[in-house]
Amino acid sequence: MGFDRDVTTNVVVLGGGTGGTLAANRLRRLLPAGDVAITVVDQDDRHVYQPGLLFVPFGLAKVDDLVRPRQRQLRDGIDFVRAPVDHVDLERDEVHVAGPDGAHSVLGYDVLVVASGARLVPEETEGLSGRGWMERVFTFYTPEGAAALEGALATFDGGRVVVNVVDLPVKCPVAPLEFCFLADWWFREHGLRDRVDLVYATPLDGAFTKPVAAAHLGGMLADRGIDLVTEFTTGSVDGGDTSTEGRLVAYDGRELAFDLAVVVPLHAGAEYVDRSPGLGDALGFVPTDQHTLQSKVAPNVFVIGDAADVPASKAGSVAHFEGETLVGNVVRYLRDEPLEPGFDGHANCFIETGFHKALLIDFNYDTEPLPGRYPGSIGLPLLRESRLNHVGKLLFESLYWHSLLPGRDLPGIGASMPAAGKKGVPAC
Amino acid sequence: MLMATIASHAVELDEEGFFVHPEDWDEEMVPELAAREGIEDLTEAHWAVIRFMRREWLDKGTGPTVRVLGRTSGVSIKELYELFPKGPAKVAARIAGIPKPRGCI
Repeated sequence: MGFDRDVTTNVVVLGGGTGGTLAANRLRRLLPAGDVAITVVDQDDRHVYQPGLLFVPFGLAKVDDLVRPRQRQLRDGIDFVRAPVDHVDLERDEVHVAGPDGAHSVLGYDVLVVASGARLVPEETEGLSGRGWMERVFTFYTPEGAAALEGALATFDGGRVVVNVVDLPVKCPVAPLEFCFLADWWFREHGLRDRVDLVYATPLDGAFTKPVAAAHLGGMLADRGIDLVTEFTTGSVDGGDTSTEGRLVAYDGRELAFDLAVVVPLHAGAEYVDRSPGLGDALGFVPTDQHTLQSKVAPNVFVIGDAADVPASKAGSVAHFEGETLVGNVVRYLRDEPLEPGFDGHANCFIETGFHKALLIDFNYDTEPLPGRYPGSIGLPLLRESRLNHVGKLLFESLYWHSLLPGRDLPGIGASMPAAGKKGVPAC
Repeated sequence: MLMATIASHAVELDEEGFFVHPEDWDEEMVPELAAREGIEDLTEAHWAVIRFMRREWLDKGTGPTVRVLGRTSGVSIKELYELFPKGPAKVAARIAGIPKPRGCI
């Protein structure tokens, strides 16, 4: 299985999502197929374009259109193994894959790329997956949840809607804010807005993590009449029933009643990480050098995307910008060359704000999101709503499937954060 | 930045009250730092969490978030909030003289 005895080197990639797919495709281009076998392992063959899930509850996207086979996104010459990973043995450089009969197959590796992302763990919050779950309490972070929420919104006739992030880290930290903006727009379009109280409850001390963007986004919430509740660390959820409303209860005792709750559950790393001695931290993310993307657990283990513990957003754009550094360093490692600390924490996100507009933020480890233009002084406006950014967000889906996953460079979009065009960053 | 005198030592705090130079911290400052957070009766349980925060920061370069603290310190999140009602991770980090926990990206 996957272990090719004709080649001298085996690269195994765990996860066929954004990071794993683009890493495997870029590596395949760089490494000669006769010498290096590349194998991608994933438990299913459904690659979801996750940014599209935000639009599903509002009828602006259909789940079926967001899903494509994982294997079809991989270049020729990449093996795909569809099976759950049982565990990784770092001592023996082996991945143990669970077979249908309970037996394990073993994939030996010279280099392992961990790209298995983050998983939702609603069951870790008391009551969240209990009564009312998928009836009055939803998440749009899964295809099933997003589709169920579309159904719930279609029959919602007013009341209190609470959007809540249980705790960080979460994938795409701006998505819950986008949900608020789109919900405000959607309720207005449907003539319901004056019958809806919209509340955003976050564990952070502001609307977002970075000060300039937090102030800007907080102002946008206020402009739309969306209440912001800060430092709300959800301890338990009661979905209520037909006669009682639901309640979110914070650890500090505060309560938020709701008629409809849209919750972003706790995130953790893939389950096999917990079963692999020495691989993950307390939350199942892999300790990783934030600049080289080499893991801190073994020199031949590299990490891309949400699976890493680096202090960057868990977002597809980060996995994309990491790709160049990651594959470069895998190749350097195989050639016994020193690794390059090439990744600067670059992230960018379009933030959908409703009414066919969006804003764009661009930042890295050292520079918070600032106003200006991207990627240079002539470009998309940063931290400001515009129709152009909304069009950009919509066009991006095609770029994702046809350029980003195949591992092509996007024209004008470099891996490092551009300083030109940003207000307040000295051009160097 | 502001200067504060804690247990007769001058220390520099950032605008949120976290130590700018964690190496300036000493255990003898703990009772006074805790009192500044409204905690007058320091129990063994408080000390255990404060020492754990300090050790985690020394080992990993960042203090744990409340969720990680609940998983790794042996004290449940509910109990952590009973010990540090205004937010365990931040308050215990300030008392332990370490920077703001880095969970907030």
